[in-house]
Amino acid sequence: MEKVIVAMQDPDMGMKMRNQRLLITVIPHAMTGHDIITWLIQKYSICEEEALHLGGMLVKYGYIYPLKEPRSIVLHPDETPYRFQTPYFWTSTRWPASELDYAIYLAKKNIRKQGELMEYEKERYSVLHKRINHTWDFVVMQAREQLRASKQRRKADRIVLECQEQAYWLINRPPVCSILLPLSVYTCVALCLCLQIETCRRALGRNRVKSSICLEGFVKYSEQYQNHDPIMQGCLPSNPWISDDTAHWTMNAEVVPTPTRLRVECWSFSFMELLKDVMGRKEFMTYLEKEFSGENLCFWQACEDIRHGESSKIAEKVEEVYKNFLAPGAARWVNIDSKTMDKTLEGIKRPHRFVMDDAQMHIYFLMKKDSYPRYLKSDLYKNMLAKAIVPQETKKSVFPFMRRQRHSSPSPAQAAAQATEGDGRGKGAGPAGTNSDV
Amino acid sequence: MCDQTFVAATFGPCDSCGTASPLMNIYIKNEPINYCSFCMEVMACQGLQKGETLATLKKECESLKKKLEEDRGKLNDVELHQVAEKVEVVGALSIKTRRVLKGHTNKVLCMDWCKDKRRLVSSSQDGKVIVWDGFTLNKEHGMSMPTTWVMACAYAPSGCAVACGGLDNKCSVIPLSLDSNENCAAKKKTVAMHTNYISGCTFTNSDMQLLSCSGDGTSALWDVESGQLLQSFHGHTSDILSLDLAPSETGNTFVTGGCDKKANVWDMRSGQNIQSFECHESDINCVKYYPSGDAFASASDDATCRFFDLRADREVAVFQKDSIVFGASTVDFSLSGRLLFAGYNDYTINVWDVLKGTRISMMFGHENRVSRVRLSPDGTALCSASWDNTLRIWA
Repeated sequence: MEKVIVAMQDPDMGMKMRNQRLLITVIPHAMTGHDIITWLIQKYSICEEEALHLGGMLVKYGYIYPLKEPRSIVLHPDETPYRFQTPYFWTSTRWPASELDYAIYLAKKNIRKQGELMEYEKERYSVLHKRINHTWDFVVMQAREQLRASKQRRKADRIVLECQEQAYWLINRPPVCSILLPLSVYTCVALCLCLQIETCRRALGRNRVKSSICLEGFVKYSEQYQNHDPIMQGCLPSNPWISDDTAHWTMNAEVVPTPTRLRVECWSFSFMELLKDVMGRKEFMTYLEKEFSGENLCFWQACEDIRHGESSKIAEKVEEVYKNFLAPGAARWVNIDSKTMDKTLEGIKRPHRFVMDDAQMHIYFLMKKDSYPRYLKSDLYKNMLAKAIVPQETKKSVFPFMRRQRHSSPSPAQAAAQATEGDGRGKGAGPAGTNSDV
Repeated sequence: MCDQTFVAATFGPCDSCGTASPLMNIYIKNEPINYCSFCMEVMACQGLQKGETLATLKKECESLKKKLEEDRGKLNDVELHQVAEKVEVVGALSIKTRRVLKGHTNKVLCMDWCKDKRRLVSSSQDGKVIVWDGFTLNKEHGMSMPTTWVMACAYAPSGCAVACGGLDNKCSVIPLSLDSNENCAAKKKTVAMHTNYISGCTFTNSDMQLLSCSGDGTSALWDVESGQLLQSFHGHTSDILSLDLAPSETGNTFVTGGCDKKANVWDMRSGQNIQSFECHESDINCVKYYPSGDAFASASDDATCRFFDLRADREVAVFQKDSIVFGASTVDFSLSGRLLFAGYNDYTINVWDVLKGTRISMMFGHENRVSRVRLSPDGTALCSASWDNTLRIWA
């Protein structure tokens, strides 16, 4: 691409340029989109479509930038003015665009525009501020120096430099996280077909299970859960939506003194059901601690937290997990096979969201195959099942036209706010009146 | 299909030419390839030089698909309804409308339940997103979006935020504030950015990650905190209309369905398309996993709903009737997976017996198309959203 650009700037055979008026200042050496296309067609003896494509690439990669709408990184074949980017700012010479440079640029812009940055720029500015806080004084000082130096220049030069810098950063730190790749129609179609062929090849190599086994699986699942399905079997004491009585929800809340029988039975259907239920998980932890293998569940929970938690906290969480569970001599060391351990320790050097996946999977299946079946046979579980309550079915009201008051419940957002702020907000909006739309 | 914009997921040195540029990360012949667009073009042209034209690629694709169908048929030793013969017939169901939620001034396009089993969020063509307490019919929050046609909405697992998106090509996350003076929409944070409308979105197991699917033919996984694209998924050749997250133990896969009549299953970690099913005869409007995660159902404009088994890797049931001539727009399973609720464009919801393949009953009530049906988290009720501007809760 750079050969093309150099040819375009040739004083004899290159692009015809003219001065461009931008508001009240005159920008030298500008050209129109139309002229770019014409020159390309002539020089390389190509058709208009190809010229448009090539020209578009030149703009997308930052060798030419538009003057009027800097954020629109496309080539318009009309009177839209463009300029060449100075070689100082060519992507090829200046990769990688460093964080420090970007921070200085944003700081300059912030000072110049007195805080009037674009949304995404504001966000990135604060993220950078946190990340490279230790050199922030340097950043601000550099920004101030550069601004002072630029004030010494002629206005036209200053604007040119600002445009060039802005164009550079629009290419290298685009507002949209992803950049649209210019691909020809042919390539799009070819790639789609390649992807399909890829998927088919992979599918051909799959292990498949016999239909009879799979289908039996569905029958068994439906049978097992039939009693738990409120729409098919009803629910005890009554379906809140039908009776307007929220007793069913109160009895099955996350944490209750005595869980219902159906709930405890559910824990025996699959390991996932046990872990999904907050109370079930707690019971299982109690059991594991009796067997001195509680660290397995703790490890699994910590890994889940890494997988689903905030990106910014991944590194520190991985560090914590390593210290507590994986390091030799760790307080709660978990027993993982050496191959998985080696792979995990290697991955920890560059922590990412899925670095603990293999280890987590190993421990999960260990618990599932070993501790879980024993838990189900244990006294702890059997006692829980025995004392679990079976709610009485609410007798249908003698007066079917009497409707109960429907009470509102605290919103989860409210609960979270109270937990963090300790604010004394009132509970929702009192009992709702009857509604005759039903 | 050529509208599909290949979006760069990363920026860095190209595997082929080494220059720093926006890169495409795709898999060809099981190898990850991270090329800049220029090298992609070169690779495509080189393929041409080797005698591989688009025609030969197409032929190879067709023959592979045929072989796949043959392979799938080999392990097909019994049909679902045969296995289900010994199962008891489902008794008569008395499902009635228990609540009607009025408040939207235009078509309700999407809804989602909160984990607390009574709250739900709905979005509409009028540009409004409303959070209701379904039990009391209270509207707890109402937010106006800058564009009309908010086609997708989702409730965060914590219950503290909602995500929504549509014609604005973006999916935003809005934290739910209880301060009546505070405008919820002001705290809106744009997370997902596509090049065409957002047709579906869902949070993964936490508030921190968002999955979105779009009319541009791609789906993507985003980090909510930073708005960063974590993974993008390419493979559909037309608009994607729906997505669903798998309830499996490993929780790493999701399924999408689109206008190219295909339903694809994806691996969230690698971005690869694991399985693909092309059995429908028209656009797939909705996909939903079976509660065990071993299968999924799809609803399509061809007036059928189909049931796909993931382990057997094939379609195992088709829910259709000669009297049903309107497209199905949405599906959901009951808690046990025995019942399939399907909403149709003829304003009704049909209840199918998944195992036997027969229709059990019909639910009437809506006065226009049913755009979405969703079972509440504890299975006690079904909510349906419709183009008649209302939502109904059935139990």
